[in-house]
Amino acid sequence: MDFRYLPMTETDKKEMLDSIGIQETDELFSDIPEKVRLKRSLNLKEPKNEFELKKELAQMAKKNYNLKEYTSFLGAGVYDHFIPSVVDHVISRSEFYTAYTPYQPEISQGELQAIFEFQTMISELTGMPVANSSMYDGGTSLAEAVNLSAGQTRRKKVIVSKAVHPEYRAVIETYGKGPNLDIVYIDHVNGLTDLEQLAHELDDTTASVVIQYPNFFGQLEPLAKIRELLVNQPKAMFIVSSNPLSLGVLTPPGAFGADIVVGDTQVFGIPAQFGGPHCGYFATTEKLMRKIPGRLVGQTVDENGVRGYVLTLQAREQHIRRDKATSNICSNQALNALASAVAMSSIGKHGLKKMAELNMHKARYAKKQLEVAGFEVVHDGSFFNEFVVKLPVPVKVANDKLLEKGIIGGYDLAAYYPELEGHMLVAVTEIRTKEEIDAFVKELGDIHD
Amino acid sequence: MTNQDFPLIFERSKEGRVSYSLPDLDVPEVDLEAELTATYMRQEAPELPEVSELEIMRHYTGLSNRNYGVDSGFYPLGSCTMKYNPKINEDVARLEGFTHIHPYQDPKTVQGALEMMYDLQQALQEITGMAGVSLQSAAGAHGEWTGLMMIRAFHEANGDFHRTKVIVPDSAHGTNPASASVAGFESVTVKTNEKGLVDLEDLKRVVGDDTAALMLTNPNTLGLFETEILEMAEIVHGVGGKLYYDGANLNAIMGYARPGDMGFDVVHLNLHKTFTGPHGGGGPGSGPVGVSAELEPFLPKPLVVKKDDFYTLEYDRPQSIGRVKPFYGNFGINLRAYTYIRTMGAEGLKKVSEYAVLNANYMMRKLEKVYDLPYNQHCKHEFVLSGKRQKKLGVRTLDIAKRLLDFGYHPPTVYFPLNVEEAMMIEPTETESKETLDGFINTLLIIADEAENNPEIVQEAPHNTIMKRMDETTAARKPILRYYKA
Repeated sequence: MDFRYLPMTETDKKEMLDSIGIQETDELFSDIPEKVRLKRSLNLKEPKNEFELKKELAQMAKKNYNLKEYTSFLGAGVYDHFIPSVVDHVISRSEFYTAYTPYQPEISQGELQAIFEFQTMISELTGMPVANSSMYDGGTSLAEAVNLSAGQTRRKKVIVSKAVHPEYRAVIETYGKGPNLDIVYIDHVNGLTDLEQLAHELDDTTASVVIQYPNFFGQLEPLAKIRELLVNQPKAMFIVSSNPLSLGVLTPPGAFGADIVVGDTQVFGIPAQFGGPHCGYFATTEKLMRKIPGRLVGQTVDENGVRGYVLTLQAREQHIRRDKATSNICSNQALNALASAVAMSSIGKHGLKKMAELNMHKARYAKKQLEVAGFEVVHDGSFFNEFVVKLPVPVKVANDKLLEKGIIGGYDLAAYYPELEGHMLVAVTEIRTKEEIDAFVKELGDIHD
Repeated sequence: MTNQDFPLIFERSKEGRVSYSLPDLDVPEVDLEAELTATYMRQEAPELPEVSELEIMRHYTGLSNRNYGVDSGFYPLGSCTMKYNPKINEDVARLEGFTHIHPYQDPKTVQGALEMMYDLQQALQEITGMAGVSLQSAAGAHGEWTGLMMIRAFHEANGDFHRTKVIVPDSAHGTNPASASVAGFESVTVKTNEKGLVDLEDLKRVVGDDTAALMLTNPNTLGLFETEILEMAEIVHGVGGKLYYDGANLNAIMGYARPGDMGFDVVHLNLHKTFTGPHGGGGPGSGPVGVSAELEPFLPKPLVVKKDDFYTLEYDRPQSIGRVKPFYGNFGINLRAYTYIRTMGAEGLKKVSEYAVLNANYMMRKLEKVYDLPYNQHCKHEFVLSGKRQKKLGVRTLDIAKRLLDFGYHPPTVYFPLNVEEAMMIEPTETESKETLDGFINTLLIIADEAENNPEIVQEAPHNTIMKRMDETTAARKPILRYYKA
């Protein structure tokens, strides 16, 4: 059988074997001990030609109910947003997507400059002076921030709000086992972090306080008040996980004295794709610049004095003190950072504000219509594009009914919050229309009746 | 292309220019200012660019022209497996039914996605000879750490809390000791012997009842197969330790040997290397982890399982190390790897390794005539040369790498592994033609000749690239990590 990715002909092979001075390629594998050699063929599905395989995989894809054919109100950390057409055209350029990490700056200026621009955009959005070139996703970025705070303060206690994404918290727990962190959770009250409990827990053994803004329930945590609590514990770091789209409208965490701001840029140009790959960002202060995990791109000049970009501050972590590293991240999400940079360029300074506001107007409309229809929207605080509605039936029951009407309902909070049985987290982004929202409210109302 | 400054997207910005086309506001407007108050309503807009759509395309097309990928030319970057990235993979990954699905949809609405993941888990189990696979880890280093966390959990479940050390060869990938450290272990180095393999006597010396694991790449970073692997497994298992397989070099042995049959307890794979997920300029990757039956209960959760022809996510795994990532891994990259495996099949994957190894040996034998070959034996998918001879002439390996840029090649990995002086680590991969290999060999011979007869041309390289060598010292000393408007 011929393989289109294997260009060697029989003649080539013969010439090469002759040149090496052997008869068969098997001789090149003679160093593999007899005992560990595989003496049968791998038991894999039969390969298919390009046409047949594409057909098979297209059928497999069709088995999934996709967000373009169904009207979705599902968010909870992954959102269905408008993606400008330019994004995929740029990231499909194979000089970008078939390149490795830009180790040779002379022939990698494209990638390096694009990432330098990405770093600038993240810095602008978060109000932090330094941002890195990306992390795997928002959850691992947050866990790295927590570990950094413990390493930097030489403390073990980390105070985490229960209004932080439950799966992000789960990742913090796993990452925290390495440095033996002591994770203390703070309850949520009326959809917000319980500040009294937080004040009570905060002490001189605290490495950091972790808050999500807007939080998992969509509510805006009062960062100004939390900052005040931290004034008495200046060593404890203030870590904020933030949806970067919301920062088009909201005062950025940097303005509230955050030490580290993390999150996921999936909202900018990256489709949901069943949860990954997305793109974590990591922004921090000048003071922590040399402690930041992951790669950084810096501006410099070449021998002729021409401005250019290089990977910099590499004399950190795994490169020098590799056995004392506090982070091991190597591959990151470069292509997705590029996608987000293109999306942010396309949406632009004014578009960003507009897009964030559209989310807020539409979410508020949905909330109001649900209330008019007799539903209880349980929290009364300010929110971004998500809110919690209480249903008279289990969320799963409601979602099954909605699905029959072509609607993918909201997130079932009971999955991680047993106290919130029957509570649905509804996400309304800029792509939802008034008609779709009205239909959603009507169908939910029918279940109600 | 000329040697001039390429404007930043911010420098192309002009007040009032737009590229966006947002959905309409078809609901009543709310007074957000009043709701948020001045404290929470952003007062100063972030400085994102204001450019037209064509300007965006010109900008990024210009940047792509200043970049080099596998589609641009030969990329023999050792240990990185820069093989061709098939285009069907990209098409499949862009099917709406895969691209636009939400991780929190009801499993009954994402059966196709779960089926793919399940099938991929099965295929990777078979290729590696392991009992279970999790697709959750996002990249190789993430997989390493995940594997070590499982080993830690395994020892602790046995009431064994004193296994604090992870043994790593001196030729190991830099991420190995870093991953060990992040997982809370101390790393201990084991030496390489004169054959370029792990020194068994030294291994016996460093193992003990505090050994949690030995991390190993096989073939190792010198491109050599660790022939005494079974003896090593016996030594490590003998003291109660576990054997960890760094799958960065799996491209050498698919269908020939399997880590599971060599005695490895945990394996991570780099789907963006061996299984053609594109590197994307540094990511995203995917680093699935495979385990033996004994470690299977510790895999991250959830796992994709199949029950009565229904695919679902299994969360009820009490001994699991938990989550290493939100959601279920880099699905889009896993899908590309799956497409590749289904394109190649068993026979194809074995041929991949056959040609990867043939190509490397062919190049090695041609190049050893002018470059020093520290370990003279058949290599696997890559080999390491030393620029010692050229260094004596005042030409360093870095210069050779930069000179290769003038000829339109991406250089090999240089100064790694650390145990070879002036190292050049060359991995041609199986997707390159003989003409390409010959062209590269010829160029390296020309450069060796230049090193003898005209060293300046090598020392001052590159000459033909858009940028000359960069001032990396100043970049690190006075870091400029973002743009500020003048």
